[in-house]
Amino acid sequence: MRKVAVIGVGLTKFGELWDVSFREMMLEAGIRAIEDAGIDGKLIDGIYVGNMSGGQFIQQEHIASLVADHAGLCPIPSTRVEAACASGGLAFRQAVMAVASGFHDFVVAAGIEKMTDLLTAEVVGALATAADQEWEVYQGVTFPALYALMARRHMYEFGTTEEQMAMVAVKNHANACLNPCAQYHTKVSVEAVLKSPPVATPLKLLDCSPITDGAACVILAPLERAREFTDIPIVVAGSGQSSDRISLHSRESLTGLKATTEAARMAYKMAGIEPEDVDLAEVHDCFTIAEIMAIEDLGFCKKGEGGKFTEEGVTQIGGKIPVNPSGGLKGKGHPVGATGVAQIVEAVLQLRGEAGKRQVDGAEIALTHNVGGSGGTAVVHILRRGD
Amino acid sequence: MGITGYGVYIPRYRIKVEEIASVWGADASQIKRSLLLEEKSVPGPDEDTATIAVEAARNAVARAGINPREIGAIYVGSESHPYAVKPTATIVAEAIEATPNLTAADWEFACKAGTAAMQACIGLVKSGIIKYGMAIGADTAQGAPGDALEYTAAAGGAAFIIGPANGETIAVFEGTFSFTTDTPDFWRRNMRPYPRHAGRFTGRPAYFKHVISAANGLLRSLKLTPQDFTYAVFHQPNGKFPLQAAEELGFDKKQVMPGLLTPKIGNTYSGASMLGLAAVLDQAKPGERILVVSFGSGAGSDAFSIVVTDAIDRKRELAPSVAYYLERKKYVSYAMYLKFRRLLLR
Amino acid sequence: MAVARFWREIPSRYNLIGVKCLNCNKVIFPPRSICPYCRRTGKLEPYRLSRRGKILSYTVVYSAAEGFEDQVPYVLAIVELEDGPRITAQVTDCDPSEVRIGDEVEVVFRKMREEGEDGVIYYGYKVRRVL
Repeated sequence: MRKVAVIGVGLTKFGELWDVSFREMMLEAGIRAIEDAGIDGKLIDGIYVGNMSGGQFIQQEHIASLVADHAGLCPIPSTRVEAACASGGLAFRQAVMAVASGFHDFVVAAGIEKMTDLLTAEVVGALATAADQEWEVYQGVTFPALYALMARRHMYEFGTTEEQMAMVAVKNHANACLNPCAQYHTKVSVEAVLKSPPVATPLKLLDCSPITDGAACVILAPLERAREFTDIPIVVAGSGQSSDRISLHSRESLTGLKATTEAARMAYKMAGIEPEDVDLAEVHDCFTIAEIMAIEDLGFCKKGEGGKFTEEGVTQIGGKIPVNPSGGLKGKGHPVGATGVAQIVEAVLQLRGEAGKRQVDGAEIALTHNVGGSGGTAVVHILRRGD
Repeated sequence: MGITGYGVYIPRYRIKVEEIASVWGADASQIKRSLLLEEKSVPGPDEDTATIAVEAARNAVARAGINPREIGAIYVGSESHPYAVKPTATIVAEAIEATPNLTAADWEFACKAGTAAMQACIGLVKSGIIKYGMAIGADTAQGAPGDALEYTAAAGGAAFIIGPANGETIAVFEGTFSFTTDTPDFWRRNMRPYPRHAGRFTGRPAYFKHVISAANGLLRSLKLTPQDFTYAVFHQPNGKFPLQAAEELGFDKKQVMPGLLTPKIGNTYSGASMLGLAAVLDQAKPGERILVVSFGSGAGSDAFSIVVTDAIDRKRELAPSVAYYLERKKYVSYAMYLKFRRLLLR
Repeated sequence: MAVARFWREIPSRYNLIGVKCLNCNKVIFPPRSICPYCRRTGKLEPYRLSRRGKILSYTVVYSAAEGFEDQVPYVLAIVELEDGPRITAQVTDCDPSEVRIGDEVEVVFRKMREEGEDGVIYYGYKVRRVL
């Protein structure tokens, strides 16, 4: 298997993009990525696009054909990948595998979601299709409720506090202020988070990532050819993916995602590194508790210490292991199918030294972590600055 | 034949007369005195006649100690079936695993739908067509806001499994007698949310005429007198009517009180006289005789004479008693009551 | 929800009918076609689960799922049943502030929601605290 590198990245602004359609978002991100790579479109020989639910959000399936069509890239093979909120991360991994195996040479990995055309209640219902319809949603479960169940158990077993969870939101909003593409450019305080209306206790409104439109795109090439296009190829050093039981109640643990641990283990092994070697991580903070569990499950700290770790400032830009310097899902926004690819974009920019005010100094190794649903899927990538 | 098992269910929530009266500017103590009632049961937002019937039925099966697949008929009597068309009885049948080899149907005759179903089960069992039959009376009664019925219209249900007289029978039927006429004292038109009633006409020409005639008819046919009975359970739209009927028939207040639940839970309509019977069975001793006289507006009364057997002591504890459900109560405000009743629709 | 989809699961929704694997002796709910532990070496047969359990975690939901708006705020819990499997269920018949991790509960038959004014009524299981 040959090594794979990222040679170009691009993304749209994330937010409520009333004037921009699904198709326009797609093109905006794609063109930016192609221009960033400086590659002739004729060389692209495969497309993988992550999209959770064009069918529910814009009544459009067959996204694979739509993307190839509007990008002017027909007749190359185009594939839509779905794993709820991990659709983007999975699309990236499929693209990596396609290039690594030699099946394709220059591949587009994109993620797109247009969520705001629906009313909020309809969006919430669409997102709930990531959970077990028969045995969770039938019972009245909502997405926030699933993470809330994990949060309360985490608080019960480890003494994690609502303040510590709020600190995740505070940090990620502060980071988002430094990210021009982020949905939010305002800070929040711990007090504001604690006072925000309850959604599903102990989670409040400001513990939850928003509803967002956005698209992200990266171009992959075999490492051996990457330098034709970029001075700093970003090598995909490790890739891991894992599945777990779809319903939360069926899983071994209520305080961590085994899928994350498994996917991370695979990725660390492939990259030949330990968690301590990671310089920054973009993790899946769909809710504040999710980031706390993620830094534990990824091995940055012991199980149960995520809250304390956050409180101590270790995960801030400038800390020992900056987490979500982009602002994360919480501050940057969470267009579900796009998130996994947007995390790769951030990792690449950081490793190239192009992250502006939110740059993590001397970043050499970055980790991205993307989760589907309440933990039924997780995908982890480790990127290394190529020399 | 007789009763092989019985079970009840009363929702947890209660609303006091004072709480309702305060909304309408009414005199709570006067209402409590005239109706002989303190509070009524309120079904939670996730409860309806089907869910009430299911818990009562499951309790009845537990007390009966039979395989539910031996039940050959399930009938549910109510004036608040969840569907106008689609039976509550099949939901119950599925929820107690009695399906598929049985007959089922829903019944309606105001507050005596359940006892009419009991008579049908008696017939089916006695004729040997089925081995066991289950008759349920359950309701989530609705009184129009501000109407007198708002103080009494309550929720609850009772299920009786009727079977052949054998070692499992806890009480034997000696006889049944009914009195029926076309008397429009209380009714609800199709697709209308609340019933209407004819005021004082619901008393003498309706309740009392039918209850007293049915009771006397039964006593005459069995050649019994009030003194032959330990208990007398009457339909109980309020706390006063049963005591008055008892007095006119020659029964003692002592015989009526154990089966009089309305003061504590209101009028559970199709469940009322059957819940009263269950409360009596919760304490009756072998050999004691019970009179049960239901009343359904429209109008009719079914009277039964039932004698308790030795098996009662062994089987009584196999399911929760009426007292268990009476005690686990939780009060709600009028606003919460409206929310539970879906009158505050979003 | 399509009528057929609701109806197909009635034995599980009404009566907690799951399966037991005669190979690994684990009780599985809801029922499945192959044992998640033994896969094809498993031998599954129907099993009626006991209706007792205890609460492992809970949340009070203020932003309701579709069809549950009238019941807000409602409590959802993950309950470990006596026979082993865990279920997600609403905790009914109590004030949300009364629920605690570790509470003993019993499974009850309740109305889940209605498909509008004209549609089917969905029934299923909830739990209530054992008093």
